[in-house]
Amino acid sequence: MPLVTTPTPPFQPFYAAHSAAVLRLLVGMVGPTDAEDCFQDTFLKALRAWPPADTGAGARTDSWVLTIAHRTALDLLRRSGREVPVDALPEQAVVDDDDRVLATLDAGAMWTAVRALPPKQRGAVVLRSVLDLSHAQVAEVLACSEAAARRSYADGIAALRGRVEQGELEVNR
Amino acid sequence: MTTTAEFDVMLDRASRAFEDRAVEEGLVDVTVATIATPIGDLLVAVADSAIVRVAFDVEDHLLVLEQLADTISPRVLESHTDPVLEAARTQLGEYFAGERASFDLPLDLRLARGPFRREVLDLLRDIPAGETRTYAQLAATAGRPNAVRAVGSGCATNPVPVVIPCHRVLRTGGHLGGYLGGVERKQWLLDHEQRLAG
Repeated sequence: MPLVTTPTPPFQPFYAAHSAAVLRLLVGMVGPTDAEDCFQDTFLKALRAWPPADTGAGARTDSWVLTIAHRTALDLLRRSGREVPVDALPEQAVVDDDDRVLATLDAGAMWTAVRALPPKQRGAVVLRSVLDLSHAQVAEVLACSEAAARRSYADGIAALRGRVEQGELEVNR
Repeated sequence: MTTTAEFDVMLDRASRAFEDRAVEEGLVDVTVATIATPIGDLLVAVADSAIVRVAFDVEDHLLVLEQLADTISPRVLESHTDPVLEAARTQLGEYFAGERASFDLPLDLRLARGPFRREVLDLLRDIPAGETRTYAQLAATAGRPNAVRAVGSGCATNPVPVVIPCHRVLRTGGHLGGYLGGVERKQWLLDHEQRLAG
């Protein structure tokens, strides 16, 4: 059988398709000011490495660039000593898949509340609830197991709900 | 960052900053811009500070980007500051506003395959706005009166339509002949240039 060589796709359509998702993830991870710098760094890294190693059929180029964005955000958080991600997870987390709590918050309050979460939960909540990724995709971006991704997400949602119940967050009525 | 509008402004600012940095760091081989005109959006592509491609929307811009990736480099990125793209934007604006009859833009004809096709493109540049030639006349001017079909394919594969006026070449007898952007655009451009000249 002859070898079929897939030509390398152009960067521009890929960039146009993913720039909004990358910026949303970064705003959730590091806040609006640093998000713009991280956005540049993310796509510069992606462009330098373009194309991703496995652009074959079914390759997840969207997970690829979100992974770069997530790592870029964690690097910034580490460097600035603001929040060091904790990988240890609570032993018996309640799996909570109900993100309706997010819909009760106004957008500004939601983003502020998300940024108050530990980085891993932050990433999981934005990827799952804002960008609508599956738990498997979230796990790919966070570089953890799917079970761990589910737990980070559930912990994040539970924490947000706790704050709403405590009356700490402004809720749309 | 609270509303969609604010997010869009932020995304636009971040995108432009990224585009500029990518160019500064030498990571971009082809810059592109989409320019709105009365005959639809034109995609203009620049490599090494010269225009390599102008594409009509009917050519499918995504497909054209793929061809550029394949033939020049996959490092294709939109730019809002590239000086050649900005010159193209200005001059196309003037042309469609009826203020300009010919273009003064750096061109790179590397996407025209073969020396004869390039020769045809050079001849096209000498046809003034408001005038037309036939494929047979161009073949005769090129010193190859029997190469009418080759002239036709040279026009049909013009990588920089509008800027190099392949629309000014008609079939003998006054038939319009084909056009990459569709015959109705060819007619539009000819009518527009009649008004310019008159």
